Amino acid sequence: MSQPLLSVNQLTMRFGGLTAVDAVSFDVYRNHITAVIGPNGAGKTTAFNCITGFYKPTSGDIVLIHKDDTEYKLQEMEDFRISQTAKVARTFQNIRLFGGMTVLENLMIAQHNRLMKASAFTIGGIFNTPTYQRAQEAAKKKALAWMDRVGITDRADDPAASLPYGAQRKLEIARAMCTDPVLLCLDEPAAGLNPKESEELNALLRSIRDHDDVGILLIEHDMSVVMEISDHIIVLDYGRKISDGTATEVRNDPAVIKAYLGVVEE
Amino acid sequence: MSSTGHSSSSLPAMIKRSLIATVIAFLLFLPTLGIKTSASGGVDGLFLTYRWMLLGVGCGLIFVGRMAYELFWAPKDGEQKSIKAPSSLARALGSSKVAKTVGPVLLVFAIAFPFLPFSDRYILDLGILIITYVMLGWGLQIVVGLAGLLDLGYVAFYAVGAYSYALLSIHFGFGFWMCLPLAGLLAATWGIVLGFPVLRLRGDYLAIVTLAFGEIIRVVLLNWRSFTGGSNGLSDIPRPSFFGIPFNQSEHGFAATFGLEYSSMQRIVFLYFLILALAVFTFFVTARLRRLPIGRAWEALREDEIACRSLGVNTVNTKLSAFAIGAMFGGFAGSFFAAKQAFVSPESFNFMESATILAIVVLGGMSSQLGVVFSAIVMVGGVELLRQLQFLKSVFGNDFDPSQLRLLLFGLAMVLMMLWRPRGLVSTRMPTVFLKDKKTVSAAMISQGRG
Repeated sequence: MSQPLLSVNQLTMRFGGLTAVDAVSFDVYRNHITAVIGPNGAGKTTAFNCITGFYKPTSGDIVLIHKDDTEYKLQEMEDFRISQTAKVARTFQNIRLFGGMTVLENLMIAQHNRLMKASAFTIGGIFNTPTYQRAQEAAKKKALAWMDRVGITDRADDPAASLPYGAQRKLEIARAMCTDPVLLCLDEPAAGLNPKESEELNALLRSIRDHDDVGILLIEHDMSVVMEISDHIIVLDYGRKISDGTATEVRNDPAVIKAYLGVVEE
Repeated sequence: MSSTGHSSSSLPAMIKRSLIATVIAFLLFLPTLGIKTSASGGVDGLFLTYRWMLLGVGCGLIFVGRMAYELFWAPKDGEQKSIKAPSSLARALGSSKVAKTVGPVLLVFAIAFPFLPFSDRYILDLGILIITYVMLGWGLQIVVGLAGLLDLGYVAFYAVGAYSYALLSIHFGFGFWMCLPLAGLLAATWGIVLGFPVLRLRGDYLAIVTLAFGEIIRVVLLNWRSFTGGSNGLSDIPRPSFFGIPFNQSEHGFAATFGLEYSSMQRIVFLYFLILALAVFTFFVTARLRRLPIGRAWEALREDEIACRSLGVNTVNTKLSAFAIGAMFGGFAGSFFAAKQAFVSPESFNFMESATILAIVVLGGMSSQLGVVFSAIVMVGGVELLRQLQFLKSVFGNDFDPSQLRLLLFGLAMVLMMLWRPRGLVSTRMPTVFLKDKKTVSAAMISQGRG
């Protein structure tokens, strides 16, 4: 394997006396789907929030390496800069859309920074300069392309809050992708989806992995999703990494079986 | 009305509820209607007069009224309390087609207004006042309506604008057009100064800090005597001129230059068009801002701040820009106010002003510019209308002053609004971009912002 996209090294996060994530290290690769699994309270979401900047880790390094070899130390960056400069996009366990804004508007906000620059930080936008008009049209086109890919184009002008649950999940992924990320972090994307929607999600994630030149890092409880699409699985338990490998390797790892099912006392 | 088997719509139950209402009314009326304190004129100070008759009539009215409600209007059992569709007027105002025709019609009316036969000085002054509030409403709408940041101290920026104009023109002799952008700039700076400490505050806490900020500005103006003149205010502020031509009787005055007969109305008409131009400018800029990335980011901030950050939106800059741009329009309006009055004092910038502007925005609807126009007309014009209801004196006697009922009616209007249209006159929002067709977003979807 080539050089990793994201390299997490000895990541530790303590809340007072509680160590939620304890010296966890792992790598995420471009064009790979990496899943983080583990029983409830294993520290998955905490690790995730550290990577996306919503928590500042107690110690450890989180390094993101772009194609041009620029390195970003995510633990030192503010959360919005991680999305803006380091190009890490994320979705949320409990969907966070802009409910009162339309689907298209949601996708336009994801392209805020580019549009802001094109509007010369609003001054050019007020006078509707050609640069801004072109950027606005390009942004709309990109939004439309993503709506087509996740299949919600017919709802483009409806408020996001009026969409059915499955479509909201898809919209959140489309919105994250509209920020042009190199790493897409999904927090339980299959939660609350029915089997058919789960199947569609798998197809979507595979297509993103294969065509969009991003690495996908996801937390998931739904094993049908995890085992089917993950190229690489990391298992956490009580904040520690207990296993790391392909789906088959992890499935047969005694430590994983012990964490999930317990051991028979001899 | 036929009484069904249900207990709640049976006659005894109705009487019971009416009696409960009457008891509550009795407790409320006892100190207000039942007992009157009068000064004895002697050393004893006050003595009480009991008005049992009035108390009885009041309670009786409540009982009869409640019974009538129970019998004729109350929803019956099993009847769904239907959520009413917005009234046709409000729905019409929310739709883009109607808004597109009503807006220009209002503008044409506003332009023709000074030349209409009934427009005397008093009516025109009222027009100026209403338009000033419309402009302030549009400014505050950016902060409260779009960015969802509850600002109770907006009048501070109005004051900054007014004092900027007053001080700059008195000390440096700057003209109105020179002072206007400076006043806007200074107000915007103060908007950012307020913005920094409140970046991390939301909801109630934000409201309290902005309220305090408004008061701080007023108290500073009141106490920094050497600079602001304290409670005496600043007087003899130069009045704006028509591109250098003053409105006076001299031979270089407006009337003489244009060969007109001198009339004090010319200045008023000029001021009217000045504020109208400023308001129209505010309208176009705020309407445009809303459709730009910055405006969308403000609305996104109101909807979900964390999601904004996850998409790389710099929420600090976004919030500060909302405060600054909202404050800037307040500053413009303030410098117009100072120019019009030729006198400013801290008295003009008390909390009541902030409350009125906020009420205009809330009643008008958080994201409808047309709604703000209507609510400003109702809130400011309605109060003035009360002064005109002198015929009520013939009904209630000469001591009756209808304008004293202002706050009572103000409160009543608020309560009725909260019952019927809790999200304002025009509660829907128009999307800023669309693919195929522009559909209004209903109020139920829109978050009100927790900030």
